[in-house]
Amino acid sequence: MTLQIFESAAPAAAAPSIDPALATEWLVAFLRDELIGRRAIRRAVIGLSGGVDSAVTAFLCVRALGAENVYGFRLPYKTSHPSSLADAQLVVDALHIACRTIDISSAVDGYLQMEPDADARRRGNVMARMRMVVLFDQSAKLDALPIGTGNKTERLLGYFTWHADDSPPLNPIGDLFKSQVWDLARYLGVPERLIEKAPTADLQVDQTDEADLGISYARADAILAQLLLGYSDAQLLERGFTGEEIALVRRRVDATHWKRHLPTTAMLTSTAINEFYLRPVDY
Amino acid sequence: MSSRSEAPFRLRVAILQTKPSKGEYARNLGGAREAFAQLAGDPPDLVVLPEGGLTGYFLEGAVYDLALPAPRFARDLSDAWRSASSKPVDIAAGFFENDAGTYYNSAVYVHVDPNGERIAHLHRKMFLPTYGVFDEERFLSRGHKLGVFETRFGRMALLVCEDSWHSIVPTVAAIKGARILIVPSASPGRGIEGEGEGELESVARWREMLRMVALEHGVYVIYAGLTGFEGGKGMSGSSCVIDPRGRVLVQGSATEACIVRADLDLREIDLARATLPLLGDLAAVLPDLLLDDELPLPRGRRDAADL
Repeated sequence: MTLQIFESAAPAAAAPSIDPALATEWLVAFLRDELIGRRAIRRAVIGLSGGVDSAVTAFLCVRALGAENVYGFRLPYKTSHPSSLADAQLVVDALHIACRTIDISSAVDGYLQMEPDADARRRGNVMARMRMVVLFDQSAKLDALPIGTGNKTERLLGYFTWHADDSPPLNPIGDLFKSQVWDLARYLGVPERLIEKAPTADLQVDQTDEADLGISYARADAILAQLLLGYSDAQLLERGFTGEEIALVRRRVDATHWKRHLPTTAMLTSTAINEFYLRPVDY
Repeated sequence: MSSRSEAPFRLRVAILQTKPSKGEYARNLGGAREAFAQLAGDPPDLVVLPEGGLTGYFLEGAVYDLALPAPRFARDLSDAWRSASSKPVDIAAGFFENDAGTYYNSAVYVHVDPNGERIAHLHRKMFLPTYGVFDEERFLSRGHKLGVFETRFGRMALLVCEDSWHSIVPTVAAIKGARILIVPSASPGRGIEGEGEGELESVARWREMLRMVALEHGVYVIYAGLTGFEGGKGMSGSSCVIDPRGRVLVQGSATEACIVRADLDLREIDLARATLPLLGDLAAVLPDLLLDDELPLPRGRRDAADL
């Protein structure tokens, strides 16, 4: 007689999963608590790029605050792909939220015309920071709060402009890997086109995230999830990742810890803020 | 007839699952007063509040602004109850304690009647989580004594949050005669990968652990969880009452302030222990386990730590 064999599963090598209903419930509670409960602000301002991250953020904000309290902004630069505008419009149409389009070309070029040699990286950073100038100002105008849309993957890989994408005071999706954001997008009913399209920062013509990063989000997320749990390179190799992709991910994470912190301040006294004088952000 | 059999066999508990405004003690005490007024129409025997239930949990250096002497905190609870009801009540609540300049994460058990209040027990959290998102020992001192105490409902113990994660702590409390374990807690919820089957994984893990405690020792477990977001960290509430057979009698919301009520039939404790006499077995074998020379235990008496 053959005995049934029970075997433990092989070590995980898949991108992290998500219970989207549970995450939605938690993130809606987070948004309501932090906006209405803590700050007595009922309105949210979101820059709609046409990508899945800002779409998911908008869908969550509508659930938390109601469509009438969510303000979308499309902020194209003259080289932005026209499809980004159209894809952002799909979000506006699906949610029935107010939306305004403000072309940032003249503001960006007003500065960059004095810096004709600026390379693509510098130009992209200026665009990203200008978008935040607009979103913060519009928030002041509307008595609203700008909501961040950066996901955990780009935060870990340092794939964002410091003091731009990361600057809004609240971010509901910053602890979700890109793969989880896609799953959440499907659950929330984000238009399929935004989930299927190749993610792009759209700061340069025909740019895509995965080409910039040199690795797919699915692979990067799987490696990052393991790396954050403390697994060594040898253990990651056992899980089927290549040495090249492990090194790529680890290098990006290790080189960008500073981007996930406030500026480094010289400590000179025993009352230094956030060193000795420690008060929580919500105190 | 023993005194135990004369004790009431019914205990009506109400967990006041709070969602405090960070650092606003007076305002939160006012909120508790309102909740007590809500309870006064059908007053429970015991009210339980979470860890940091009237201040919030992640206080960092502000803990020194907000910590109170235990008698003052007990009087505040007592005044709040007596403004709402003339009925006697017991209140167990977590708070940050200032004991003449030494600071603890404590829980107090107070008997309140129309004449005033009496502290039946003060427990100082023994296991201060200082890892990952937690930083308690940077600001607070450890308690050194796991006490059990008599109440009109039998012997109880207070375990604050991580105290109950070390299985030896509820075990010792039960061996020392505790029949009801009260666990004020503040647990930042996490784990959305789906392993909690519709709940945060941390919530599911807490409940499973408490169920095993109740089942192994034949005790009631009353878990009071803080709720509300603190700097993005959502305290996961989910206050619950578990019977001595490990059954969850009731569980509250994960995200909202609420009242969680249960009627405890204390005769269940003896019945559960008769069915599954693990506690008696443990009492018999415990000396063999603890008087083991291979255990890293100090030999001889501890003096300084005897508080």
